[in-house]
Amino acid sequence: MPSPRRDFRFFKSLWSARPLLFSVVVLFATQYGRAQDTPLISGGVGFFTNTTGGSTTYLPIISPLLAAPIGDHFLIESRAALLEDFTPKTGGQPGYDHSHFIGLTYLQGDYIASPHVTVVGGSFLTPFGTYNERLSPIWINNFQDGPLIQTLGVMTTGVGLGGQLRGSAVSRRNFSIDYAAYFSARSGNEQFNSKRSSGGRVSLYLPEKRLEVGFSYGRLLQGTHENFYGTHVWWEPKDSTFRLRSEWARGQHAQGYWVEADYRPTNFGGLDSWIGRLEPIFRIQQTFRIDNVASDSLPAINTQRADFGLDYNLPHNTRILTSYSRQFSSSGNVNIWEIGIVYRFLFPAWKGKQ
Amino acid sequence: MSQTHLLAYAFGLSALLTPFLAAQTKPQGNQPASAHVEQKASTKQNSPIPHSEGDRIFAQNCSRCHTAPDGFSPNISGTVVRHMRVRASLSQHDEQELLRFLNP
Ligand code: HEC
Repeated sequence: MPSPRRDFRFFKSLWSARPLLFSVVVLFATQYGRAQDTPLISGGVGFFTNTTGGSTTYLPIISPLLAAPIGDHFLIESRAALLEDFTPKTGGQPGYDHSHFIGLTYLQGDYIASPHVTVVGGSFLTPFGTYNERLSPIWINNFQDGPLIQTLGVMTTGVGLGGQLRGSAVSRRNFSIDYAAYFSARSGNEQFNSKRSSGGRVSLYLPEKRLEVGFSYGRLLQGTHENFYGTHVWWEPKDSTFRLRSEWARGQHAQGYWVEADYRPTNFGGLDSWIGRLEPIFRIQQTFRIDNVASDSLPAINTQRADFGLDYNLPHNTRILTSYSRQFSSSGNVNIWEIGIVYRFLFPAWKGKQ
Repeated sequence: MSQTHLLAYAFGLSALLTPFLAAQTKPQGNQPASAHVEQKASTKQNSPIPHSEGDRIFAQNCSRCHTAPDGFSPNISGTVVRHMRVRASLSQHDEQELLRFLNP
């Protein structure tokens, strides 16, 4: 059974970089330019519960982000996670075991070198597929859990240590193409855990149709070299609140996909009515083993899972996430219930120049 | 057995969603979702031109990955847009138009 907490393996930490981060922040305090370029602090704070096969775990978490521009072309961005995980004691004992985690998820500098090229350096979220870079923040994902295939292609840790070139290759009124290509060094440091690898992604977006199709590739360059392929299709029909997101990824030892549909009803008084704040979500996922070398954190046997979510979008950037999932595999089926609440915050790091 | 279950669930859900979707894709007159977002952005940011280039770029991009923000301090609009330019690989033109849209 996959760990419902697998998301948090991504919060590999750069905690030892605290002094660096602090001095960088102090530097900006004196150096930022235009008033609208004030550094910002954003992120999510949440409380999650998960009941898998009758056993419930609790997870309070806060995940702040700092984005600070320097001059006209540079941006420093970093996200951290602080969490405490409560799991019931095993062996029939009463009470809970708890463990905590504090660390930076990523810390990167972005240099906008030209209209088409941004150079990224540091520790960054691996650009493969969509989940890692786009949906992993706790205030964004519609479900508490990431998809079963979330570790495929992102070299397990989800972060690379090295450099990346990315940007908009072509941008027209009716289509745009963007790309990202990276190289990461191997780092066994607990704070900077990454694998020697390289890869990238290319996507085509049709803004009038709100349709995006992309391809990703990654190659592990340590141990036995392995290839990863991925593709994603996202569609949000124009003038609707329906969204369809899907991803497929194939590694050397396993492959899988997920398809997620979500919807906000607008026919009953608009998005701000109590019905309009509801958000039903459905996700279906399957993973398939190619061989038994389970180096990729996917389930050890072929697994299927259906997730039924119902989120409630409260005013003031607060969201309640609930879901029921049924997971099927030859080792037995299991029910997973999840309830959580997330608050999204966003404010300037200090009062800017007027 | 499990396969059948899964298919049944999937089928049930699509059946549930279809009427919503059908109702949704019909032109809804006054309440399209993206206009809601635009409206919000426009009123919050006091944009004088309702259908500017920036408005279009906002509507076509800013709710792709997450719920579009309800509005934020103008002091951080440049930071947000630069961050999202990098994250979403937007073009320089998009960035400039968004800035104009958010800081009329
Ligand atoms: C490609 C997906 C994507 C698109 C498109 C996108 N965002 Fe974001 N946005 C994100 C992610 C991911 C984060 C959270 C970053 C993190 O936690 O690492 C975010 C964060 C934010 C935040 C919080 C502050 C910050 O800078 O982190 C704001 C505000 C925001 N986005 C506004 C926008 C606006 C305005 C647009 C339209 C120009 C936009 N987003 C388009 C993915 C996207």
